[in-house]
Amino acid sequence: MSTNTTALTEGSVTASGEIVRYSYKERLCHWTNGVTYFFCLCTGLAFYSPYLYWLSAVGGGPVSARMLHPWIGVFFYLAVVWMHTMWKQQMTSIPEDQQWKDKIKDYVENNDSALPPQGRFNAGQKLFYWVMYYGALSLLITGILMWFPEKWRSLHWLMTIVIPLHAVAALFTIGAFIIHLYMGILMVTGGLSGITTGTVSKEWAQHHHRLWYDKIKQGK
Amino acid sequence: MANDNLQIKAISAHPGAVASGASPESSYEVCKLIDTTTCIGCKACEVACLEWNGYEFRETTFDNTYQTMPDTEWNYWNLIRFSEREKDDGTGLEWLMRKDQCMHCADPGCLAACPADGAIVQYENGIVDFNQEHCIGCQYCVTGCPFNIPRLNPSTKTVFKCSLCSDRVGAGLEPACVKSCPTGCLHFGSKEDMKFEAEKRSKQLQANGFPDAGVYDPAGVGGTHVIYVLHDAKNPEKYSGLPKNPTIPIMVTLWKHPLKWLGNIGMIFGIAGVLTHYLRVGPKDVKQEAKR
Repeated sequence: MSTNTTALTEGSVTASGEIVRYSYKERLCHWTNGVTYFFCLCTGLAFYSPYLYWLSAVGGGPVSARMLHPWIGVFFYLAVVWMHTMWKQQMTSIPEDQQWKDKIKDYVENNDSALPPQGRFNAGQKLFYWVMYYGALSLLITGILMWFPEKWRSLHWLMTIVIPLHAVAALFTIGAFIIHLYMGILMVTGGLSGITTGTVSKEWAQHHHRLWYDKIKQGK
Repeated sequence: MANDNLQIKAISAHPGAVASGASPESSYEVCKLIDTTTCIGCKACEVACLEWNGYEFRETTFDNTYQTMPDTEWNYWNLIRFSEREKDDGTGLEWLMRKDQCMHCADPGCLAACPADGAIVQYENGIVDFNQEHCIGCQYCVTGCPFNIPRLNPSTKTVFKCSLCSDRVGAGLEPACVKSCPTGCLHFGSKEDMKFEAEKRSKQLQANGFPDAGVYDPAGVGGTHVIYVLHDAKNPEKYSGLPKNPTIPIMVTLWKHPLKWLGNIGMIFGIAGVLTHYLRVGPKDVKQEAKR
């Protein structure tokens, strides 16, 4: 079964009955975000804790990690902006999101039949998106100030606030990222193929994103 | 630059304990005493500093004062700051000369802020030294320093500052600046002896028309290994901005202690939490759900 995955459009159904969850462009964008974020995560953690200094090896050692971290950070931010142009509309709240949030306990305990139907992205995914979106913005602003502090020596006092803020913003994204990784890889089986090869099963779409699935079915 | 002859007390961003090894140098605390009241502003110490540390002398910047240039640089660690001001009692002008360089704090903010293992070391004798081969150029040390001392070398992207001639001190010599001083304004010895000398000089000044004379050895950074005698110790700011009560910036302390540990615990519990969830609840298997 060799489908050309670059030609898939989101919401279409393949010959084998799979549903296209993410287009090639969306997957490329997602993994550009993922790789650049992961690079900044590892090199950033190296400078965050002495016990994680070895992670600077990801950036080719401490000196080059310090040199590359801001550059890759800028690429991460650009990737976030790119994603925003595609997903901004789809990440805005719908009334069902609040109902879902009220039943978060059922979601966590896999009592999925008690949950209201969800659109293409559920309320949790939207929350993750906005944490990363505003996190990336905060990291960019504080990060640019930290990039070349010698250029604004007179703001020396400001750096004592900017550096901890950068760490706090990063910690928020890390908390969200841990959950994102866990859910994408371990918890929501069948979800990972959606963001890699692009397709999910009909049952998966129906189960996790009923509103989205219904729309596709109607459109067919 | 780090000196193998000196026993190490603290290392920046170093996981685990620091073992202090055997060393030929005894490890009592050293101190440089600067008596600002006998400084004539001759700049011999500036030249000696450049010569010993191997930096070329450079063009000076004349700005109608007796100061060599506006600020210290990565390769100019030692600057006599000059301030011409009206005397507090209105009886005319006074010239204040203060030799500015790293203060070698007992509680160094640079070392606390530094994320690079081994880039900053503190020796048992009190000297705080930068080790450029481990420096990553982030300049967190600048943020941690209450005296605004560390300077970036823009071509190597590493940070430099006065080493209190740790190489000379490790070999039993006094710092180059002290060696060159013609007026006896600079002294070097044990911290104990220098404190004694400084107090003695302060008393002499107090008895001779300077009732506010005193010693500058700020407690906020645990004391320093460079101390001043000031003829007005109540107002150190007038000596070209010597801070009255320098401390490690509160945000640096919060970031390096509570925030870091909250973050570490948060990350560990986050990972443990999701893995426990997997064991307890398991994956969302669509096919099994459908059967139910």
